[in-house]
Amino acid sequence: MNASVPAAAAAAAASETLVSIEGLKVHFPITSGVVFQRKVGAVYAVDGIDLSILEGETLGLVGESGCGKSTTGRAILQLIRPTAGRVLYEGGDLAHLRGAKLRRQRKRMQMIFQDPYASLNGRMTVGDIVGEPLLVHKVVTRRQRGARVRELLKTVGINPNTLNRYPHEFSGGQRQRIGIARALAIEPNFIVCDEPISALDVSIRAQIINLLQQLQREFGLTYLFIAHDLSVVRHISDRVAVMYLGRIVELAANADLYGQPLHPYTQALLSAVPIPDPTAEEQRRAVVLTGDVPSPVDPPAGCHFHPRCPAMRYGLCDVQTPELREVRPGHWAACHLITDDDYPFIRAGEGDLAEAQSAAALGAVTGPSATAADGAAADGGEPA
Amino acid sequence: MSDGVREPGKPEFSPYEGAAAIEPQPEVGLEPRTSSPAEDLALAAGGAGWAPDAPLVAHRTAWREVWSRFLKDKFAVAGLVIIIVIVLVAIFAPWIAPHDPATQYDDGLTMKGMPVESSGKFPLGTDPLGRDLLSRIIYGARVSLVIGVLANGFALVLGVVFGLVAGYMRGKTETLLMRATDVMMAFPIYLFAIALSAAIAKPSIWVLVLVIGIVYWTPMTRVIHGEVLSIREKEFVDAARLTGCTNRRILFRHILPHLAAPIIVYTSLGIATTILFESSLSYIGLGVQPPTPSWGGMIAWGQPYYLSVPQLVIYPGLAIMITVLAFNLVGDGLRDAFDPQQRRR
Repeated sequence: MNASVPAAAAAAAASETLVSIEGLKVHFPITSGVVFQRKVGAVYAVDGIDLSILEGETLGLVGESGCGKSTTGRAILQLIRPTAGRVLYEGGDLAHLRGAKLRRQRKRMQMIFQDPYASLNGRMTVGDIVGEPLLVHKVVTRRQRGARVRELLKTVGINPNTLNRYPHEFSGGQRQRIGIARALAIEPNFIVCDEPISALDVSIRAQIINLLQQLQREFGLTYLFIAHDLSVVRHISDRVAVMYLGRIVELAANADLYGQPLHPYTQALLSAVPIPDPTAEEQRRAVVLTGDVPSPVDPPAGCHFHPRCPAMRYGLCDVQTPELREVRPGHWAACHLITDDDYPFIRAGEGDLAEAQSAAALGAVTGPSATAADGAAADGGEPA
Repeated sequence: MSDGVREPGKPEFSPYEGAAAIEPQPEVGLEPRTSSPAEDLALAAGGAGWAPDAPLVAHRTAWREVWSRFLKDKFAVAGLVIIIVIVLVAIFAPWIAPHDPATQYDDGLTMKGMPVESSGKFPLGTDPLGRDLLSRIIYGARVSLVIGVLANGFALVLGVVFGLVAGYMRGKTETLLMRATDVMMAFPIYLFAIALSAAIAKPSIWVLVLVIGIVYWTPMTRVIHGEVLSIREKEFVDAARLTGCTNRRILFRHILPHLAAPIIVYTSLGIATTILFESSLSYIGLGVQPPTPSWGGMIAWGQPYYLSVPQLVIYPGLAIMITVLAFNLVGDGLRDAFDPQQRRR
């Protein structure tokens, strides 16, 4: 597996690998029977992922609902124990840590959750929520804790005098800020952002994104940014990985992926992004994929994408699983049809995808963004 | 009782629902605002105007809202008043009761050896042994309340611990605990209690508490287990695990506080059941032993006279009924106050 772990992109070649994921699999067993349960199948939520996250970078992870991107994030942080594979953090494997050792490692990595209404304990005050990591890891004394909590709240833009309030007294954006303050409390260097803005008002999203970027600069954080919103990922990421049905299909530096998507799925996905420019938007022709996302209980043989791929080749794509390989320098893709000088190019109707793409490149990036990944294909999966 | 969602088009009144439906009810699902618009603005105003030494912003807790909703329920408040009166009567029994409950008075029996009717000396008459009925009922409140609270508390502790552990640990622990609960629930509980109290020792209040606790932990376990199953999937529990909290801290600091509502509600309803159960056990002679007065026991002793001296059965029966009713009303009121959206129709 080591051979296939994508190395640094050309632009970030100097950085060191912070988190390395090797052959990560998360299968949820489907059982039947009341007392004596037997396994009758599995949901292959994450089915073999190799990924390196470089120190100081933001790696975007996109894909439609139910493709396993949130599960990947949670498996990296050991909230869901992986079925197989390794998660190396600064060289040490997290997947085999238990109990106190794992708890100690948790200081280094945190998560920002999707739903700021569910991720804060409604029975604890804001001060207790933000101060709990400090208490649990005993990093500061009781007296210092209060001051540190105030400082953290100020950092994320919350009035520190409200620390004895309860979460229900804050708005969604403010709660997300409190969640960010909690994640920052023990000074982690790796943060998984699990769709941190999807549940927020459009008007608040830019604020939170800017806050995340500002914090990254200030504290040298490394982000794994999970989203189904392609334009947000484009705005914030250094590199982007595209997931489909439990596997990574393409991984490249931001400009490469959005400029010249090689994998047919990525092309379809990107063609669904609305362009906030009426003239360009009129020209845009989305590739509409046929069929639904196959069930992760029974994923298709070979390339998971082959039943919906317009360029699919019988006898190859439906038989052989494509490896994620470096098809261009720093540009990784898992597709049999990509060769050194050619790749499957998908046209949509009479419009030209490349034309729409270049128009998209001109469009604003931070504007209100639709959930493009969901639009690209039928809404087959469960919400992540 | 139906917990279904109220259909918007339907009129709220239904002839089958009794008085509860006639009462005007507050808007379902509308949580009162907890902060004024001005405060919101001040909160949202960003860095402007944060004085480091300014007093902490005042807030209103969720408990006060529950309490104010509870106060709007007249039946529940009435139940609470009755409970307070009964508790006070039980505490101050020696000062309130006109006589000693165990003393057999010479003038407490007629020449034929029958209990006397109500008179100035014996307001509710006497029992077949010539003891004052009113005093015995007043002292009986002590037994009912003590057993109701202690036995229910014992059942509560067992139920909450088992439910928490089963719901949080999952896997084999859960299967074991929940199947054990099912087996317990499948037992005929009266038979089980009779066998248990006969096997353990001479009947006493403590044996009763133990027996009732062992018999009644199952419903609480089920309720808590179900609640924990839903709460443990909430993201704040994940956040606590990520923070590095131990399982014990997550259980008691993060999950248990969210169980306050079901625990309080089922405790008040459970006390009613427990009091009734104690009366039943005392009635068949396995409960509190004479001469300690207990309402169930008094009914048992008065039963042979129910045609000639019906008050021997009626007054203790009324005492049981009123107490149980009061706890049930409070329990229902608390349930509605904690969860206005699930208000029963």
